[in-house]
Amino acid sequence: MALTGLFLCTFLVGHLAGNLQLVFSTGEEGKRAFNEYAYFMAHNPAIKLLSYVTYISILFHIVDGFMLTIQNKKARPVGYAYNKPSANSSMASRNMAVLGTLILVFLATHMANFWWKAKVSEDKFPLHVKEISFQQNNEMTGQVQKQTMKLYLTTAGNYVPVDGFIVKNKTELYEAQLNAQKVELKMGEGYKDLHSLVFAFFGHDKTKQGFPINDMALAGLIFYVISMLVLGFHLWHGFSSAFQTLGVNHPAYTPWIKKIGYGFAILVPGLFALIPIVIFITK
Amino acid sequence: MASKFININLKIWRQKNANAKGSLESYKLDKVSTDSSFLEMLDQLNDQLINEQKESIAFDHDCREGICGMCSLYINGRAHGPETGTTTCQLHMRKFNDGDTIYVEPWRSRAFPIIKDLVVDRSAFDRIQQAGGFVSVNTSGRTMDANAIPIPKADADKAFEAAACIGCGACVATCKNGSAMLFVGAKVSQYALLPQGKVEAKERVVNMVRQMDEEGFGNCTNTGACEIECPKGISLENIARMNREFLFAAAKG
Ligand code: HEM
Ligand code: SF4
Ligand code: FES
Repeated sequence: MALTGLFLCTFLVGHLAGNLQLVFSTGEEGKRAFNEYAYFMAHNPAIKLLSYVTYISILFHIVDGFMLTIQNKKARPVGYAYNKPSANSSMASRNMAVLGTLILVFLATHMANFWWKAKVSEDKFPLHVKEISFQQNNEMTGQVQKQTMKLYLTTAGNYVPVDGFIVKNKTELYEAQLNAQKVELKMGEGYKDLHSLVFAFFGHDKTKQGFPINDMALAGLIFYVISMLVLGFHLWHGFSSAFQTLGVNHPAYTPWIKKIGYGFAILVPGLFALIPIVIFITK
Repeated sequence: MASKFININLKIWRQKNANAKGSLESYKLDKVSTDSSFLEMLDQLNDQLINEQKESIAFDHDCREGICGMCSLYINGRAHGPETGTTTCQLHMRKFNDGDTIYVEPWRSRAFPIIKDLVVDRSAFDRIQQAGGFVSVNTSGRTMDANAIPIPKADADKAFEAAACIGCGACVATCKNGSAMLFVGAKVSQYALLPQGKVEAKERVVNMVRQMDEEGFGNCTNTGACEIECPKGISLENIARMNREFLFAAAKG
């Protein structure tokens, strides 16, 4: 419980650091940086291994948590008619299993919202597209014309025009129907545009750019913010509790472990919640 | 301080024997001196019941001065009543007001089955002690004076604080998981901190924890309720020490 819980805390820090790019680096460069980061996270073998460790940790944490809760319920088959637990323990500490189950509900929704769409579902996934503008001399009139062009960014670092290319297996770019013989020439792999996926999910009003209002954005935002509140309560007790379980308790250090735990429980879920809030307000 | 008399209502758990179905019964008790202890108040109620030809209420008590750990009772939702750092025998009726309704229930835990009314069987604690809560000393007649072994003051103080546990079971009663970790932590610590206890330290912690689990106590989730309700102020540090001892013992095999 303690080891898996603390490991999941480190996972939270890593996940948060990656996601904060969504609000702290902006513009085309920010979008590109995030999509490249997401690609790296999905393809680096060390990260892959780490992700399996994370899945296993979550699984063990949940199974362990449920077994613990069932055993502990059995240890008091008849309850008190009059009980005043608030006199001696925190609400969070007494409801870890309920809070954990709510986190699990969030986790399932969260995976369906992003992970499923990006990794599993058969739907075509939008790739990272960059719009460039350039000047062209019109040879007939001699005038300089401004033109724009949409380009895919391949993982090899070169740009491929959007028109005339098809995407297969979600990310592989092919030059469509080379000559008349319907030969497809593989041009490399593109970056999935996860950045836009997130912004489309939480951004509510893009009427200025000609996009419709996203009806689900507010519901999504509220659900995510409440879930982070739940996570905060879970960590409010969980962080320092894990140290006690591992036998780390010392009059000099324990007050600090508690303070750090409370700080962690406010800061980490708080910053996570900030991301959809910022996107909702600004987009 | 001038003594005062109050009239109170009581809701007390009555249960004929271990297998009977119990229930909360209501009683009225008048003219209770605020100087009397909670147990004296129950004595007064039992006198009243006996005069009415009714069966008196069974409850545990012995020293009545906070040192034996025999008294128990879950009073108004808290182990040993509303005060912290006291046993039920040290609780006085001046903590209650005229007209109050007071709930009195037995310790509730699978490992502490009810014998009758408010009396529960705490022999699970004895079996945990028998599993390792001792040091084997040579009693050949030339036993070494324990004070001849130098012990750092800080360790001696911590061991003494752990040894202050009176085995009352309030920690189990108040814990939402019915966990006995504070009791076992105190018993493991009082030996683990001293040189005399080091010899059997590894087997002690493993055996006592195994016995604790066999008795059907729950698992500690660090809510900290036990530390607050313990009449002897046994600290959670003792649970952490037991966890540490257990982890090292398990790692060494
Ligand atoms: C990102 C997700 C999560 C993190 C960072 C996290 C962290 C923690 C930590 C640090 C602890 C304390 C461990 C200890 O005292 O030894 C804990 C306990 C617990 N967690 Fe989680 N947890 C997470 C998700 C979940 C989920 C999804 C569930 C379940 C359904 C869950 C259920 C529990 C339970 C039942 C406890 C223990 C009970 C207790 O010690 O009171 N947790 N968690
Ligand atoms: S640890 Fe405290 S509450 Fe538990 S049995 Fe010992 S004295 Fe009683
Ligand atoms: S009767 Fe001995 S401690 Fe209360």
